[in-house]
Amino acid sequence: MIRRISAIAGAELRIALRNRWILIATSLMVLFSLALTFSGSAPTGALGVDLLTVSVASMTTLSVYLVPLLALLMSFDAIAGEVERGALALVLTYPVSRGELLVGKLVSHLVVLSLAVFLGFGIAGLAAWLAGGASGESLAALLRLCWSAVVLGASFLAIGYALSSVARSSSAAAGLAIGVWILFVVLYDLGLLGALVYDGGGFFTRKIFPLLLAANPADAFRIFNLSGTGKVALASGLAGATTGLPGWAVLVSMFGWPLAILALARLALKRVEP
Amino acid sequence: MAAAAEDKDDMLEVRNVVKRQGPRETVRDVSLSLRAGERLALLGHNGAGKTTLIRMILGLTRIDGGSISVFGNRPGDGRARRITSYLPESVVFHKSLTGLEQLALFARLAGQPVKACAPLLERVGLSDAANRRVGAYSKGMRQRLGLAQVLLGRPRLALLDEPTSGLDPISRHDFYGIVDDMAAQGTAVLVSSHALTELEARTNRIAILRAGRLVAMDSLDNLRRRAGLPIRIHVRAADGHADEVAGSLGGSRMNGCRVELSCTADQKMARLKAITALGDAVADVDVVPPSLEDLYRHYAAGEAGS
Repeated sequence: MIRRISAIAGAELRIALRNRWILIATSLMVLFSLALTFSGSAPTGALGVDLLTVSVASMTTLSVYLVPLLALLMSFDAIAGEVERGALALVLTYPVSRGELLVGKLVSHLVVLSLAVFLGFGIAGLAAWLAGGASGESLAALLRLCWSAVVLGASFLAIGYALSSVARSSSAAAGLAIGVWILFVVLYDLGLLGALVYDGGGFFTRKIFPLLLAANPADAFRIFNLSGTGKVALASGLAGATTGLPGWAVLVSMFGWPLAILALARLALKRVEP
Repeated sequence: MAAAAEDKDDMLEVRNVVKRQGPRETVRDVSLSLRAGERLALLGHNGAGKTTLIRMILGLTRIDGGSISVFGNRPGDGRARRITSYLPESVVFHKSLTGLEQLALFARLAGQPVKACAPLLERVGLSDAANRRVGAYSKGMRQRLGLAQVLLGRPRLALLDEPTSGLDPISRHDFYGIVDDMAAQGTAVLVSSHALTELEARTNRIAILRAGRLVAMDSLDNLRRRAGLPIRIHVRAADGHADEVAGSLGGSRMNGCRVELSCTADQKMARLKAITALGDAVADVDVVPPSLEDLYRHYAAGEAGS
């Protein structure tokens, strides 16, 4: 089993390297992180935190948009594309299970994502440290940002596989992926915001809103990083939004989503007739 | 293993298989069997159900009726997959991988040593291109790479779906050479094609599908005999004798000097005698036996309402 999974992951990695996906994803992350770190360096003095702390807060916001997008771009074609090319039919005549195929692809895509995230945030973090100092606390926040971004990516990779299995064609899968991205990352928050304004600080705001916020993996990621350490929360201004939210809710959402959606993707893949 | 015990030699046993797509039956009540070392050509027009049948044998498509056994295993289960290999009609490998890398991936999936790959590439004539990316391969080269993965681990059943469509005649010939080698080593080989040519005729048996139904399955000789297609005789009359020749032989007159006759195999000698008896009135005679194409058309297109 391990041999087959690693064979698929190895081939996928090679493909990602050859078609420049690793390069594109990593340079995107480095570029945006550096830009945000230095354009967002103004409030350090006012808030009394070091530059790296502010940088982590900015990069968290960046990740909420960019990581799901990268993950969906990598995964939307994973199944539908292979069905279209006829490659899935051939692979499935080999003694490899659909689950092994899915895990193999997931492993390779997680490696690509980790490279992009750790390099991108690492380089930006290093630059912030050199330019404006860092502390043990802000370094921990950076590390926390990195691995939780990969976990966030896993959720959206799994969503991409599920969409790719359900879609009839690669282009339909791409459309669905964009739709999911807009829904989870943009519209969801706008909807919540609208509800907050309408509610005006009532029951919804105090009880339901925090749970709904945690239920979205992208928002769970945001809360996890922005309210994780007091200083980052201060730098982000999210400190007040999540009072009344139990600590476990965010973790359950962050780790539960990738596993649940991966199981869903496995079910969807089972029904695919290559 | 109950099915295998019945007949140890039957690698593949297809019984009364049915496939429905919506209200239409795309494969209707097809039965066939294939023994170790046997080569079977599966012929039929596009849409006759060849690919669907092959996909059902592979377990890629659900069966709606009947049963398939691959050496006693259900199609698509682990053991069946280990002993079966498949060449899809159009192989689209990932263009960023090299031929060797693509084959190595298949070897790992099949549980075969990766070092087996280089000799296989040599066997199909791809040694020089082994380290080039598949994206730069011609259609023929991709087809050869596809054949190389069929040979991985000496399968006991090989299903080749239109393997030679789009290949030049020399490649086609090489291709069937490798098929013959596989059969000689005991692999049961099923080759589908949309035509009957010299190469398909070299297989042990020929099965012909028409609109999802198996209309014939036999050796070439028996198919020929059963079809009983007429032999055509072209007679060219000497100048000025055309009417005389046409009148006495009773054939149809084509133009100024040609007369066409047709007869069955056992009437052939009698007809030739009658022609030679006309002496100088006949300038030339051609005897044209039914071609492979005629034979295929007879079965596959349902000519003569068989």
